[in-house]
Amino acid sequence: MLRFLLRRSVSTVLVLLVLSAVVFTLFYATPGDPAILACGKGCDGDRLAVVRHKLGTDLPLWDQYWHFLRGLVAGRDYDAGADTTHCAAPCFGYSFQYDQPVLGMITARLPVDVSLTLGAMVIWMVVGVGTGLLSALRRGGATERLLTGLTLAGMSTPVFLIGLLLMMAFCSWLGWLPFPQYTPIADDPARWAANLVLPWLSLALISAAAYARMTRSSMLETLAEDHIRTGRAYGLPERRIVAGHALRGALTPVITLLAIDVGGMLGGATLTETVFGFDGLGRLLVNAVNHIDLPVVVGVTLFAAFFIVIANAVADVLYAVADPRVALA
Amino acid sequence: MTDDLLTDRSPSGGQPAGDLLLDVRDLRVSFPTADAEGGSVTAVDGLSLSLARGRSLGLVGESGSGKSTAAFALLGMHRGTGAEVTGTVRVAGTDVNAASDEELRRLRGNRVAMVFQDPLSALDPFWSVGDQIAEVYRLHTGASRRAARARAVEVLDRVGIPDAARRAGAHPHEFSGGMRQRALIAMALACEPDVLVADEPTTALDVTVQAQILDLLHDLREETGMGLLLVTHDLGVVAGATDEVLVMQGGRAVEHGGTEDVLRAPGRPYTRQLVEAVPRLEARRTPVPVGDDVLLRVEDLHRHYPAPRGSGGERAPGLGRLLGRRPQHRAVDGVTLDVRRGETLGVVGESGSGKTTLGRMMVRLLEPTSGRILLDGRDISRDGERALRPVRRDLQMVFQDPVSSLNPRRSVGDSVAEPLLAGGADAAAARSEVRDLLERVGLPASWYDRYPHEFSGGQRQRVGIARALAVRPRLIVCDEPVSALDVSTQAQVVGLLGDLQREFGLTLVFIAHDLAVVRQVSDRVAVMRQGQVVEWGDADRVYESPQHPYTRRLLAAVPVLDPAEAASRRRARRALLALDRSADGAEPAAVA
Repeated sequence: MLRFLLRRSVSTVLVLLVLSAVVFTLFYATPGDPAILACGKGCDGDRLAVVRHKLGTDLPLWDQYWHFLRGLVAGRDYDAGADTTHCAAPCFGYSFQYDQPVLGMITARLPVDVSLTLGAMVIWMVVGVGTGLLSALRRGGATERLLTGLTLAGMSTPVFLIGLLLMMAFCSWLGWLPFPQYTPIADDPARWAANLVLPWLSLALISAAAYARMTRSSMLETLAEDHIRTGRAYGLPERRIVAGHALRGALTPVITLLAIDVGGMLGGATLTETVFGFDGLGRLLVNAVNHIDLPVVVGVTLFAAFFIVIANAVADVLYAVADPRVALA
Repeated sequence: MTDDLLTDRSPSGGQPAGDLLLDVRDLRVSFPTADAEGGSVTAVDGLSLSLARGRSLGLVGESGSGKSTAAFALLGMHRGTGAEVTGTVRVAGTDVNAASDEELRRLRGNRVAMVFQDPLSALDPFWSVGDQIAEVYRLHTGASRRAARARAVEVLDRVGIPDAARRAGAHPHEFSGGMRQRALIAMALACEPDVLVADEPTTALDVTVQAQILDLLHDLREETGMGLLLVTHDLGVVAGATDEVLVMQGGRAVEHGGTEDVLRAPGRPYTRQLVEAVPRLEARRTPVPVGDDVLLRVEDLHRHYPAPRGSGGERAPGLGRLLGRRPQHRAVDGVTLDVRRGETLGVVGESGSGKTTLGRMMVRLLEPTSGRILLDGRDISRDGERALRPVRRDLQMVFQDPVSSLNPRRSVGDSVAEPLLAGGADAAAARSEVRDLLERVGLPASWYDRYPHEFSGGQRQRVGIARALAVRPRLIVCDEPVSALDVSTQAQVVGLLGDLQREFGLTLVFIAHDLAVVRQVSDRVAVMRQGQVVEWGDADRVYESPQHPYTRRLLAAVPVLDPAEAASRRRARRALLALDRSADGAEPAAVA
């Protein structure tokens, strides 16, 4: 376990380093000058040079990257003569468009994505895994055909369509729910949940379909294994065969997929955020790309990547816990 | 019972039905086919058999004869699968076909227990062995958790699992093949069943382990008085383990009688064929004149792999361990051998002995860790792919599994033609040459465009041989070429290899775990154990006066067709085993 953690930590740092270097290089090569955008209209040559110096975009790529890395560890001062902006360690950069440190912008939006992802996860696991198990155990019946049809429909409907339809139905026509607007859970848990129900549902429905399919095929595969036949040959009741022997094998790959999906979603669920007007990481990243706000792009990208790398490690641990044949490497 | 299709000389033929543990009358099992007309395939067609307390019956036949289907019907396992089962099956007084689901469930594992061919997949990988046995015991007896656990340890100990109390907590993948089969037998024993149905229980095991398992089944039967139904394709297995034999062909019983009678004097041509096809240790090869001209020589050949975790071995120290450097497993550990032009060198050994790794290095599919491979005196052990290209024509390989070694999406003709086309032949010439080759290995040339799934196992192996022959190699390494085949098919393929060797002047390396087959085909034999050659010499010398104790033990474990001889060998094995126990310790652990 110690060796596993050590190896994973080293590889996580390496992945993040490479990724940040790639993002830096890509943006360096992209046309457009962030200083012009930061400085505003009517910025003349001299002021532009000052802004460039403050942003650090007048330096060569290597120096910019080096300053970024050093800022992560030691914090960083952006200075332009008298006007100094401090960014404390760990400094992911400073957005002059928002006039805020990037880290603060990310941590402010993180709860939105955490709320969205975890709530949706509960729904899609219950619906998806439940549907998958049911259709595997009732194979060939009308139930299975109905469920398969529904999952297929869920899988092929885009999230913005589901989101809009849900809002039309529940907010306009029925008026059961408010038009979603993010409320922090600390302010009012009931309003937090009420506002999140529709985003959860629309995010969950898409994943539920994929999980239903995976659970179904995984369960059918497990049920065809020889040791299930052994259970039957030794008189185990069907319920016990499914719950005691088949379920564990069938759900192991599902849990692994879950860890990776959750990791990906924590880094921003852009479509869902956009449909419901939530201010999350996904939208922040899209806006930053549009406005060539390099520090924000790098910051959000690294955070998203960090979640995915960690999720993969968690998936490996879960797999090793679930399956005695697997050793952590 | 005495219709003219069945030769019945059974001693228990006239026994009253009340004493019978198993009483099957006119059993028919048919499976619906996938076509639209609602057709069906009859797998078992009017089978009747019976088994008295303490007796054992061997159900013998080639693959597809319906023997396993019949065995599964004894536990009512076809229920809910769409198969149609008629006739009566009475097991320990219960009518299986008429019983309710609940009655059937209580019968299974309790009054009649089953042991399967592949003990790894037959056990739940997520559960410890002891828990799986305890679960079955609790289910049928209602015992407490603690009592069930104690019972699991007790039966594991009875089937010879060393340190059973501790090993009960191990998972199936931590057991060797033989120990897994013992564990499954322990599970079968847990509820003291009246009948044990064993479906090819030793087919997946090495010959020494096979002998141990058969001996165990024999002892358990004597001790508990349970009846044993042993399903197998191997008449040698039946000879040492059962009182009676029932031979099946095409879903029907064709011969039934005392094991000794049937094997000594088969009453049916089909049975006679089966008996004759069994490879015998005494059957030697007609010697082929071979000079002293060495074609291929390997010197001090090694191949090491990182050992699987938890398997012990030397630990890498400090930093290496932290970086994940694992101890080395020596798959091949210093082998020196030569292969003379035109001869067949047999390589025998049990699973994990390194024989396949050695074979792959001989044709340079694998690079050795160290050592030399001399082809015509030139060392090819370090050659890269480019340097090897001219040599690839000379060295070919035939693989064990003819199913997975052929591309299922290519016609067999195209598979055979591929090495020719790669060598620069034009398409038309390659096609006509492949047609010749197919005929040469005993397949119609018109089957060029068929796909592997349309072929039987033996036919696929013929395709594999044709493919190896296509480039006119000088040496072919055959890795277990017949071990996946029925005995009668085995004999045909072995015969074909001999014919081709004479015709094309081939040199063969024949790798197998079956000592009798190896003797049939080999001029010289090398015996491998744990990566090393323990004995090497002329086949007659190795088989008739084996020098190494391991060779002697291997030979003693080979099943023989004579039941009296089988019984005396069982006694001899016990004596040998008692000797080893002091020297050797327990069975080595599995290498996954």
